[in-house]
This record gives sequence, structure tokens and C-alpha cells, in this order.
Amino acid sequence: MIPISWYLLLSAALFCMGVTGFLIKRNLITVFMSIELMLNAVNLSFVAFAHQWNPVKGQIFVFFVMMVAAAEAAVGLAIIIAVFRARATLAVDQIDLMKL
Amino acid sequence: MHLILFILFAGLCLAGALNLLLQKHPINSALSLIVVMTSLAVLYLMLGAEFLAAAQVIVYAGAIMVLFTFVVMLLNAGKEDRTLGSFASWSVGFPAVAVILAVVASIILKTQGLGDAALGDKVTSTEQLSAVLFKELVLPFEVTSVLVLIAILGAVALARRGDGEVRKDGK
Repeated sequence: MIPISWYLLLSAALFCMGVTGFLIKRNLITVFMSIELMLNAVNLSFVAFAHQWNPVKGQIFVFFVMMVAAAEAAVGLAIIIAVFRARATLAVDQIDLMKL
Repeated sequence: MHLILFILFAGLCLAGALNLLLQKHPINSALSLIVVMTSLAVLYLMLGAEFLAAAQVIVYAGAIMVLFTFVVMLLNAGKEDRTLGSFASWSVGFPAVAVILAVVASIILKTQGLGDAALGDKVTSTEQLSAVLFKELVLPFEVTSVLVLIAILGAVALARRGDGEVRKDGK
């Protein structure tokens, strides 16, 4: 028997590691990976709560989050390619203008 | 048995996430993110979410991470120069992370009646999931498919060469 709170604590720890990665990473792609890590952490707490209260609808919510994350990854990576083509760098410190 | 599995895969999750933060090369970060996602799939399976465990492996560890490694290799991303965060992240970011973690952890630890998860209880089959998804929630499902279609079109439009750009070989 594992308490649900352990899963939630793991999820909180993963989320905070994602935020930390977002703050310390200086490469556009790894910053994006940290965002994916945060999305995954939140999905874990969704599944843990779904196990506790309403298995079916909670899991469907996670399914929708996954779909949106897939769409977000495709568009985000396309934007990264466009930025790289315009700037020839992936360092976030040098990408400081909205205009390409 | 359940406890050993949980500790093993939760540890793999945390180690993978830590490795993502510590590695300098993006491809190493991407591979450790795959470790995190695959061990999360095992945790989903332990929570009785069969379909989500499969979807996590196929969609996240498969499709999304292949896209990531593909872009890392396509853009020839090298080692990043390490900084330990800007002034703003030290003054606001890291304290905020610590506060969020402390508050969330204390709320979780204080809450009564969260219950336990045993191996094999409340397993949700794909059949149950699809019965709700395709009857009750069919409209959000279709809207999501339109969203994914728009995302594909947007990705293609963003990543293709613009009309004004000229290729280096003159074509």
C-alpha cells in the first residue's frame, strides 16, 4: 500500500525541478524540455487524484493534456527552428527581441 | 513488492530529472527526459491507468522525444555555456520555487483522507475509458482533433522557408 500523498509529493518535486531547469538552462531546447517536465509532473498528480476519486474522467483529462502537449511540442519546435534560422543561435540570452 | 517498485521508479524519475538539470549537452538532457517519461508510465500503470501508461510511452517517450532529439541533431546544438541563473532568478525565481515546494508539500502532508493505492485495485480498462470518451465527451474530443490539425499546419507554416529567403546555393 502506497499512500497517494507520496505520488503527489513526487509530482511536486518533479514540477519544482522543471521550474529550476527553466531558470538555470541557457539553451532554448533544454528550456523547452523543462516545460515538458513540468507538464508531466502535473499529469502525475492528475492520475493520482483520478485513482482516488473518479478514475475515468480524471484519466480522460490527462489524455487531453497529452494531446495539447503534443500539439504544443510540434509548434514550439517549429518556432525554435524558425528562430535558429533567423538568429543562428540557441542561447536564450541572445534571443531578446520579439522581432525575428 | 509495490513499495520496491514505487521507490525504484520514483527514484529513476528524480534521478532523470536531476540529470536533465546537470547535463550540459542537450542530447543528454533529452535522453534523461526519456528516462523520466518511461518511469512515469510505470507509475501510471501502478495507479491503474493502463491506457495512459501506453499513451505516455507512445506519445511522450516515442513521438515527442523523437521530435526533440531530431531538432537537437538538425540544429547541431552543442554544449551550452553554463550560467547559474540571472539576478532575477536568484532574487525571485529560486525563492519562489522553494516556497511553492514547501507550501504544496505541507498541504499534501497535512491533508487527511487521501487514501492509499494498492497494486491492482481500481484498474481502469481502455474499454471503460473509451465508453466515456466517445459518448459523453465526444465534442471535446473532436475539438482536440481540430486543435492538433491546426498545430500541424502551424508547424509546417513556421518551419518552412519564407518566400523572401534565398537559399545559399541560389535555388
